Amino acid sequence: MLAMLLRRVLLGLITVVLVSLIIFAGVEMLPGDACTAFLEREAQGQLLENCRIDLGLNQPAFLRYLDWASGALTGDFGLSANGHKTISEMVGYRLRNTLLLASCAMLTGVPLALFLGIVAGLWRDRSPDLVVSTLAIMAMTIPEFVSATLLILIFSVWLGWVPGIVLTSASAPVSEFFPAIFLPIMVLAMVMTAHILRTVRSSVIEVMASDYAQMATLKGVPYWRVVFGHVLPNALLPTINVVALTIAWLLGGVVVIETVFNYPGLGRMMIDSISDRDLPVTQAIALIIATVYVGVNLTADMATMLANPRLRTLHTRKR
Amino acid sequence: MEKPLMSSASLSAALIDIRDLSIGFTGRNGQTLPVLRNINLQVRAGESLGLVGESGSGKSTLALAAMGYLKRGLRVLGGHVQFDGTELFGLPRQKLEKIRGGRLALIPQNSGQSLTPSLRIGAQLAEALRLHSNLPAAAHPARIQALLTHVRLPDPQTIVLRYPHELSGGQQQRVAIAMALAGEPEALLLDEPTTGLDVTTQAHILELLRDLARETGMAMVYVSHDLGAIARVCDRVVVMYAGEIAMVGSTRQVLRDPGHPYARGLLASIPKLADARLPVALDGRPPAPGGAGEGCAFVPRCVIAQEICQTNRPMLEETPNGDLVRCHRPSLARTLPIRAESDAAPRGEIGDADALVLDRMAISYARPGLFDGLLRKRAGGALPATVDDITLTLRQGETLGLVGESGSGKSTILKSIAGLLAPVGGAIQFGDGAALPGLVDGRTPDQLRKIQLIFQNPDESLNPRQTVAEILAQPLGLYFGLKGQALLERSAELLERVRLGAHYLDRLPNQLSGGEKQRVAIARAFAAQPDLVLCDEVTSALDVSVQAAVLDLLDALRRDQGTTYIFVSHDLAVVRALSDRVAVLYQGRLCEVGPAAAVYGAPSHPYTEVLLGAVLEPDPDTAPTLSADDVIELAPPAQGCAFQRRCPRKLGGVCDTDTPPWRVDRATGHAIRCHIDRSAL
Amino acid sequence: MRDAAPTSPVARAVVLRKNPFAGFLGVLRDIIRRPSGAVGVALVTTHVVLALISPMIAPFDYRAINSFSMLTGPGPEHWLGTDHLGRDTLSRTLLGGREALLVTGIATPLAVLWGGFVGIFFGLVGGRLDEVLMRLVDAFLSLPWILKMLVLIVTFGTGLGVLIPTLAFFYGIPVIRIARAATHDVVARDFVQAARARGHGRMTIIVRELLPNVRDALLVEGAMRWSWMLLAFSSLSFLGFGVSPPTPDWGLMIADARGFMSFAPWGVLAPVIALSSLIIGINLTADALAKALGIDRAQKAPV
Repeated sequence: MLAMLLRRVLLGLITVVLVSLIIFAGVEMLPGDACTAFLEREAQGQLLENCRIDLGLNQPAFLRYLDWASGALTGDFGLSANGHKTISEMVGYRLRNTLLLASCAMLTGVPLALFLGIVAGLWRDRSPDLVVSTLAIMAMTIPEFVSATLLILIFSVWLGWVPGIVLTSASAPVSEFFPAIFLPIMVLAMVMTAHILRTVRSSVIEVMASDYAQMATLKGVPYWRVVFGHVLPNALLPTINVVALTIAWLLGGVVVIETVFNYPGLGRMMIDSISDRDLPVTQAIALIIATVYVGVNLTADMATMLANPRLRTLHTRKR
Repeated sequence: MEKPLMSSASLSAALIDIRDLSIGFTGRNGQTLPVLRNINLQVRAGESLGLVGESGSGKSTLALAAMGYLKRGLRVLGGHVQFDGTELFGLPRQKLEKIRGGRLALIPQNSGQSLTPSLRIGAQLAEALRLHSNLPAAAHPARIQALLTHVRLPDPQTIVLRYPHELSGGQQQRVAIAMALAGEPEALLLDEPTTGLDVTTQAHILELLRDLARETGMAMVYVSHDLGAIARVCDRVVVMYAGEIAMVGSTRQVLRDPGHPYARGLLASIPKLADARLPVALDGRPPAPGGAGEGCAFVPRCVIAQEICQTNRPMLEETPNGDLVRCHRPSLARTLPIRAESDAAPRGEIGDADALVLDRMAISYARPGLFDGLLRKRAGGALPATVDDITLTLRQGETLGLVGESGSGKSTILKSIAGLLAPVGGAIQFGDGAALPGLVDGRTPDQLRKIQLIFQNPDESLNPRQTVAEILAQPLGLYFGLKGQALLERSAELLERVRLGAHYLDRLPNQLSGGEKQRVAIARAFAAQPDLVLCDEVTSALDVSVQAAVLDLLDALRRDQGTTYIFVSHDLAVVRALSDRVAVLYQGRLCEVGPAAAVYGAPSHPYTEVLLGAVLEPDPDTAPTLSADDVIELAPPAQGCAFQRRCPRKLGGVCDTDTPPWRVDRATGHAIRCHIDRSAL
Repeated sequence: MRDAAPTSPVARAVVLRKNPFAGFLGVLRDIIRRPSGAVGVALVTTHVVLALISPMIAPFDYRAINSFSMLTGPGPEHWLGTDHLGRDTLSRTLLGGREALLVTGIATPLAVLWGGFVGIFFGLVGGRLDEVLMRLVDAFLSLPWILKMLVLIVTFGTGLGVLIPTLAFFYGIPVIRIARAATHDVVARDFVQAARARGHGRMTIIVRELLPNVRDALLVEGAMRWSWMLLAFSSLSFLGFGVSPPTPDWGLMIADARGFMSFAPWGVLAPVIALSSLIIGINLTADALAKALGIDRAQKAPV
């Protein structure tokens, strides 16, 4: 058990190191560097040389990677290419804002998904299931910027209930984000719910058809007790991982949403940094997002291990 | 409406009363296909009834219907199911829940999957008590302990804290029995409760069930394909065929002199421990649901079928012998043999040349992963090899039977000979004395061709996406470069050899029955014109009647081609029917090797004795001898005799520390590996 | 009806092998028999056909700027109104999916092919190389798609020569995982063991034993990848990193018309409906395909 957990953590760490290598190598391969971006048209001759020496760009890539990676470990991502501000300072509030958005979406989406997924699974192929499943397909397939646009059109333009875009600055206190944050949460929650509920549904259907659910029924256990006592604890286990994957997806989806709603989060900052060719910032954001992704998946794997008696106990028998 | 099975006087005593019950499902084209047809069956209080039939005969559906339960997709087409006068179909859910698991309990097939994986054993038993007993909650723990002790589970205090996956198959089955007993049922339905368990475990469970029935006076309905198990537990037997009751009689009648040709054919197809001859095959297969015609459902397979059988469906009628038989000609049926009639099995010629020599072969499954080395360093020394010290010699044309319980390493040895798993020690010599490289990659095309492997389950061993023609084309193309017309002709010829015919060439595996699939797998192996064929439990996924036909085919092929076989099986009677010599395996170590007659006779290794004693024969007058408990071991001991922990004749310390010596009878070559001398075994 | 087929079973077996479309047609029939599948196939077909013939049927030139009729509502001349430059919305909507369908239509099969092959190969071979590859796949997957795409696009431009290989590369990576998992399931089965024991080479085992059994999973995966790719493509356009104006594209049209949607909602609604119906169509088809092939698509993770 402990060995399994350790192994999993080790794999996660290796993945993060690999990601950092990929990010670093990817940026290395791109034409131009921080200096060409910063100096723009003046990037030539002595000026360029000096800048490179200034930023340490004249050192071999391997050393620069070590320097960057060790800095990142302590939360120091260096300076941004333009403006000479520290990246950690720029990223801090943005990360908080994105996490705020993501966690609100999760708090709405996950319970809703569980409820709808269980309903659809128990009423398989009957009208509640058909309605839920059809809506789920729509919610998960329509691009986020499309549903965001439609929601703005309906709730902001036509009904005028909530603001369509966020006008708050990145460093504003959390309370100022409401109610403008309502629509972006809705869009994110919708897509999340759709993905998760589909897994919940098929998992519930599978477990309802299992031998032990049948046995519980034949033992005389009342229907709802079969559902809550025997089926759901086993059916919901695999959804932990899907929730994690959905959160990971959220990190990509949030980029578009933040742009649509002008939300001052990490995603929009990423787009801006790419447009501005601010490579140090891009690198930093990429590494942060990748680490969160790996961390969330790792947590989910461990949660599954801890929640599943089959994996938790050592006395597992081989067939 | 057919005649009920009992006179009306005793009707009131029937606990379970099934009247004219038909159950079916809607087929692809919208027509109704019956799974059960007009079943009439009464079970009295305290009675023990066996329900026997091959897969697809509807026996499990009938057992579940007796609880008022239908699997998804099935529906009642007509008839009644009553429990103690209460109609079960249509009963309000709450009342049904009160009966199920209470007065009427089920012991399922495969308890491993029938126990909820997320709940501890104690919680599952407590739930049964809460639902079906009047005991106050405070008395539950004591009652649970009593129940677990009652089903002879050791150490009940820790068992309640365990999860289902932490128990062995036998223990899970005992928990299921305890759970059924929690409601103090009046009737117990058992759906293949010992299928899939090892022989020793099976024998222990059956003895437990027998004792329970005697103590509590419960009625039992015991569903099984295994007449041996039925013989041990039941007073009365119902034989099912194609969704109908083919016959009903006392256990003695049905097993000794049944009046239905199907029951007789079934008996004849069962291999027997004391009989070295091949069982008689019952050819053909039962009709699919809805496939039975106007007449008797058994007609296509019946050797005494007459015109009336084609046109008129026979009734279930009482014969002068006292059994009820659904046959137009029961007296004629009684002339059919119920066991092999030939004097002795004609065996193939055994040559003098060695076909295969295994020299102290050892195999280990442990394969370190990328990080395992890092993490496992602290775990201590290496585990003993899964299979160790296997020394065997096979001569040309000989059949060696390899027997042992699950986990004994039988299949592992075959995989290693086939080159799928490299041995970690010892050597394999094949044919002319050249050493055989451990893995497929190192072997010559000729060596590969000459060794062929047939797997247990043809559903797994045949690619579902390939037609029979494509399946056979693989070896024919690889080894002989056959193409086009020559390929097709050779394929057709091979199919004839396995008694299938060329019209099977364009079929996909899922269009074939289990027996037909296994024949295709056999044809594929013989397409290579092999010298050595490795048979890995080739009949255990098949029904008995089909098994006999496959055994017969394997026998014919080896006589034709002089092929050498290694025949692996957990079924000692099947091994006896086919093997010249037998090797007994425990925990990956050989216990006993010798001519079949010597191994099955005395003297025996203590483990062989335990195995032979636990075999259930389809004979009401035999009883198993249970000389060792049925604990399942996970790993072989580090030193000493492999059987030390379970041995009923253990001498003491020497068994724990010293590897026992081989005790060989020079005349026959019969060898036993034990610290006890031959004369004392 | 196969009445005309040769009657000898031997010959018939050969004939059967020569018609690989028989299975395909059967699956298609199975898809269409399901209501959602029928709707899905109809939507996808309509879009593909429209993309092919739209240059011929579009009523206006998509570039024709008309400063006298900007943001007009739907009317007899401009059925769906005009955009902020006075261009005909109907024409632009009709033409707006061509680029997306072309790019994703080429990139999807490429992604499935390369990802599928790599996944099957390493699933069969296993060992350390396989473990290293999986870590690499994990690492790639942990970066958001939009970041990976944007970096390349910003650097190399948005020509088809960049978009197609980029999409094919990044969308092939998750396919590796699916193909590898499916292969693992198949490799453990006895018929692959049997082929190994007979001594077949790796390529033979991949082509004859693995591919036919992994094919279904890859097909469903391909349909899914297609819809994700369309989503990515139009998102990029929407963000201004995709198709460059004046080429009509739904994502771009939605981005352009968003600013005016309070008084000219048709400009947004037309491309929204076009894009949504295509993606929903693909997903309904993929769902029906998965059901027809007996695969549970809902278990798949949205990566």
